[in-house]
Amino acid sequence: MLVNGTARDVAAAPETRLSLVLRDALGLVGTKSGCDAGDCGACTVLLDGKQVCACLVPLAQAEGGAVLTVEGLAALSLGAALQRAFLAHGAAQCGFCTPGMLLAAMELLAVEPRPAVAAVEVALGGVLCRCTGYRKIIDAVCAAHSFLDAPAVVLPAAGAAVGARMPRADGQPKVDGAEVYGADAAPADALWLRPVRSPHAHARFTLGDCAPLYARHPGLVRVLTAADVPGRNGFGIYPDIKDQAVFAAGLVRYRGDTVCALVGERAAVEAIAVAELPIVWEVLPALADPGAALAPGAPALHDRWPDNVLTTGRLACGDVDAALAGAAHVAEGAWQTGFVEHAYIEPEAGWARRVGDRIEVHASTQAPYMDLEEVAGVLGIPQSAVRIVPTACGGGFGGKLDVAVQPMIAVAAWVLRRPVRAVWTRGESMASSTKRHPARITARAGCDAAGRLVGFEFEGVYDTGAYASWGPTVAGRVPAHSTGPYRMPHARSRARAVLTNNPPSGAFRGFGVPQAAIAQEALWDKLADAAGLDRLEFRVLNALRRGDATATGQVIAHSVGLVECLEALRPRWRELRAEAARANARGGLLRHGVGVACMWYGIGNTGMSNPSTMRVTLAPEGRLVFHNGAVDIGQGSTSVLLQVVADAVGLPVADFALVLGDTDLTADAGKTSASRQTFVSGRAALEAGLALRDAILLRANAGPEARLALEAGRLLVDGRAIALEAPLEGIGRFDPPTVPMDADGQGSPYATYGFAAQLAALAVDTELGTVRLDRIVAAHDVGRAINPMLVEGQIEGGIAQGIGLALLEEYLPGRTENLHDYLIPTIGDVPVIENILIEDPEPLGPYGAKGIGEPALVPTAPAIFSAIRDATGAEITRVPALPHRVLEALRT
Amino acid sequence: MTAYHRPGTLAEALALLAAAPAPPLLLAGGTDVYPARAGAAAWGRAPDARAVLDLSAIAGLASIEDRGDHHRIGAGVTWAGLRDAALPAWFDGLRAAAGKVGGAQVQNRGTLLGNLCNASPAADGVPPLLALDATVELAGVRGVRRLSLGAFILGNRRTALAADELAVALLVPKASAEAVAGFEKLGARAYLVISIVMVAAVLEAPGGRIARARLAVGACSEVAQRLPALEAALEGVAPAEAAQVVQPAHLAGLAPIGDVRATADYRQEAAVVLLRRLLARLAAPLRVAA
Ligand SMILES: Cc1cc2nc3c(=O)[nH]c(=O)nc-3n(C[C@H](O)[C@H](O)[C@H](O)COP(=O)(O)OP(=O)(O)OC[C@H]3O[C@@H](n4cnc5c(N)ncnc54)[C@H](O)[C@@H]3O)c2cc1C
Ligand code: FES
Ligand code: FES
Repeated sequence: MLVNGTARDVAAAPETRLSLVLRDALGLVGTKSGCDAGDCGACTVLLDGKQVCACLVPLAQAEGGAVLTVEGLAALSLGAALQRAFLAHGAAQCGFCTPGMLLAAMELLAVEPRPAVAAVEVALGGVLCRCTGYRKIIDAVCAAHSFLDAPAVVLPAAGAAVGARMPRADGQPKVDGAEVYGADAAPADALWLRPVRSPHAHARFTLGDCAPLYARHPGLVRVLTAADVPGRNGFGIYPDIKDQAVFAAGLVRYRGDTVCALVGERAAVEAIAVAELPIVWEVLPALADPGAALAPGAPALHDRWPDNVLTTGRLACGDVDAALAGAAHVAEGAWQTGFVEHAYIEPEAGWARRVGDRIEVHASTQAPYMDLEEVAGVLGIPQSAVRIVPTACGGGFGGKLDVAVQPMIAVAAWVLRRPVRAVWTRGESMASSTKRHPARITARAGCDAAGRLVGFEFEGVYDTGAYASWGPTVAGRVPAHSTGPYRMPHARSRARAVLTNNPPSGAFRGFGVPQAAIAQEALWDKLADAAGLDRLEFRVLNALRRGDATATGQVIAHSVGLVECLEALRPRWRELRAEAARANARGGLLRHGVGVACMWYGIGNTGMSNPSTMRVTLAPEGRLVFHNGAVDIGQGSTSVLLQVVADAVGLPVADFALVLGDTDLTADAGKTSASRQTFVSGRAALEAGLALRDAILLRANAGPEARLALEAGRLLVDGRAIALEAPLEGIGRFDPPTVPMDADGQGSPYATYGFAAQLAALAVDTELGTVRLDRIVAAHDVGRAINPMLVEGQIEGGIAQGIGLALLEEYLPGRTENLHDYLIPTIGDVPVIENILIEDPEPLGPYGAKGIGEPALVPTAPAIFSAIRDATGAEITRVPALPHRVLEALRT
Repeated sequence: MTAYHRPGTLAEALALLAAAPAPPLLLAGGTDVYPARAGAAAWGRAPDARAVLDLSAIAGLASIEDRGDHHRIGAGVTWAGLRDAALPAWFDGLRAAAGKVGGAQVQNRGTLLGNLCNASPAADGVPPLLALDATVELAGVRGVRRLSLGAFILGNRRTALAADELAVALLVPKASAEAVAGFEKLGARAYLVISIVMVAAVLEAPGGRIARARLAVGACSEVAQRLPALEAALEGVAPAEAAQVVQPAHLAGLAPIGDVRATADYRQEAAVVLLRRLLARLAAPLRVAA
């Protein structure tokens, strides 16, 4: 086989997947595995110039062929140009799909160096990306030719980092294949761990004598069970709710729950069929949905919650009944959404080793410090004995906030005193991991004759699955956000998280808010129509403004850019509506429509402390190091925080060395969730940078305006060399001020909020119920765009996930457990996106910035449903709006 | 390690097959075989221990040949090969289907014959080939036999292939020079999508009237089906009127199922819509020709 131009001999079974050969035998781990089934395209390489899924090619069929992988691109001028284009356009976020994208594009560019968008879509149609929303990938491929002899990237100068469209600081390894994800490295002698998962939603089991199994499979080292867990056999997000067992103790509560794990030589554990295990099942009736779980007399999933209600979140202000009774117009409705899978392209993976009396876990994660606490707990060792080293993370979206491989490999490595690695298969990733909560919502709202909202009532039942996970957070966040970003004098909301025998629902971009927004925004459309107001103007009329009090009683004094967002959209709203009207006047089976929806999103934890600490040091020999414990899961915190700290210190980003998220080397930055890293860690980075700058200025006895420079290891202050005897350091810590909510949901749960409004323009096929998206226009108030390119990337990626939520995605246990049946948007499913960034500065945030990660997703689905309503009058109440459901809605 | 053979000639392959102690796993492009393995691995089902007979190196199977009264499509022909081939217009439906299977990677590797042998109810190759009256050629040491596609695919994942046989080619009889053909696929997303419903048609309308209409619907029954009642009703009709002829009753023989992709009723109804649209679309060039 010729690999990247070099002849390679491989000794492996002829039927071995080419992807495995490249990764394991040849060490070319830049080729990724996301599904082993041809569904994700992460393993795309060129075989004799043609793009193929390396996971579907037997080694025998590649024999004598020429293989090009990501590692071979830089040596080709076109390959190098394409890599530069990806960096410059922000086309790689987590980077996990990037090698596949690059290779698929190479096939096209070889024959069409300046391709049209449509050709790019066809060529890249077989590679899934969950992060970017594809638009920047298309731009990069189309522009690749112009990077053929482009100079290397110029990084912003001192003081010019904030606001710059700087390429990702961690971008290079993502385009050259060098990035190390959870499955990409482990000690050579690591054992392989494979969990055995319950095929039943609810069952008791006993595991019999495993001696015959060991005898049959000499490479099997250990069958790990509940009895092997040295510490607490339980984990969970909340310190007082450790309800999910590492290995179930005789009772499983969902399909995918962990029964035990096989540890041994890889070939041995993979050769074992589950049927060989001495497991005796007693299948129990399962509570399939919250209706069953709430029914009188329903058995309790956990003794601790006898009524299966995990938590109830509430909001109450004013007198809703009177307000609605006196309203000129009242609208109501009921909605139902399904489970949504995170579908990060990188399945959960990592490895662990025991180092004396310490354990070291390298894994793909969003929350190293939470992993540290869990691992310490299950091993029964002090937290100081645990080191978590996050690997690169191939997408998280909330799903990698919960532990997956971590406790299992930690237990195995601890007990066996051998390094142990694990990589989930796609099927098991989907079956075992957390999901977006399915919601059943009923809501009612009223406005006065002028269209001003007077009251709102919301009841949400969220299926939280078999274990608590983030269920309480969702139930807490939903009522606070249930009114949407509007003035609402009277409101009553309740959200309950209900336990069922379904996969645990956890954190997924938006924590339950996107589901609520679907209900809420549908009501505004109906009320606007009833009041005879334009749907966008209705929202302008009712939008929160600076100084307004929210329904939780919080007065938001700053950074409420919603009206600005809507006003920025207004011209496009009018044009797009006029276009749709013209198209509809021509008649035909396609009905065109434009929809609008808004959102707000509290940045950071709900009414709870969530601090972050950042540190920057300058050593006497001039080494400037930014110690950043925030995990970049593709969203860009490594770059954004660097931009912040650089401008705070007053030195160019290029001068900084990075030490990233290793719990032994960096301070706790909190988890990468709740859209908090830019705001919370960003502020901490600002403080750290300013502190270092102060220390330097003090040392140099210089004034606040002094210009700093580092030249050949020498620190210059206003051109004057300053010798340092000892290292200088700046530490910044920030914990956003909040006031916990009381029993009525009154309080100041978040220090700041993101605001946004989006338009969706689409056409509905009235015979088939299919929806063709034409355009999304997104206006987001981000406070300050530290890196506008990365902000756009978040918005576009969020929109793509919103499209999936609206039109495609529904996880059904046992039925859509792969990326063949569970459909996420492909490159052809995300329309043109116009971004409008509104910057209403948040004084608490770094340079005025707040978060963007989750806000991007929230308004998309409601805007799409608003557009379907506009086009056809159909009310989408069952989500996702699959074609048959749209058709049904058209007829009711 | 299981045995793996990759013969270079058909005779060798057939001999291996005849001599095999147990039926081996036949492997072409692997785009159905390997995903099935991944599915099995995810739930710890016993790994496939069958010996593998890899058909991809067999000489002479990778071409599409004009054989006078028919075209012969070899078992090695991939979707991409078919999609990019210069073929008469009656192949337009089949070629359109080729461009809609999976994504570019699957089209580069997956074979048309593999699609038929895998016999999924949603196999995109089946309706266009039914509409072309294609025949499958099977070879074994006992000899060669030819089965109409309808007789070859027996049900969901069931074919008439005997344990000692390989499918070696498809034979597609020629249609008249002015024949037109098309394919419509309805899926929930743009790429990499299994059909909710797909329809294919080959129309011959010399002199402005339909002389022969061949139509098939997939994913609405265990095996894709031709629509004889509708075909009969279309005979003698002007192409421009063809779409109006389609009535739900013409599809009464279908038995779609409801699944994660769509309800049964929806499939039945969408098939009617797709047929009408396909006929309307095909009428355009016919009208010009007439
Ligand atoms: C991501 C993805 C998307 C897909 N999308 C589609 C789609 O949109 N539409 C669609 O129809 N299909 C789709 N498929 C399925 C698949 O690509 C096709 O069925 C393909 O044509 C199978 O051909 P192959 O050469 O890869 O077959 P293989 O996987 O090698 O074999 C398939 C089956 O046929 C048997 N077989 C193969 N060749 C022969 C032969 N010559 N004689 C006897 N038996 C044989 C094998 O034993 C096996 O049972 C998709 C697959 C993937 C992975
Ligand atoms: S790993 Fe090959 S397509 Fe997903
Ligand atoms: S960047 Fe494409 S999957 Fe993350």
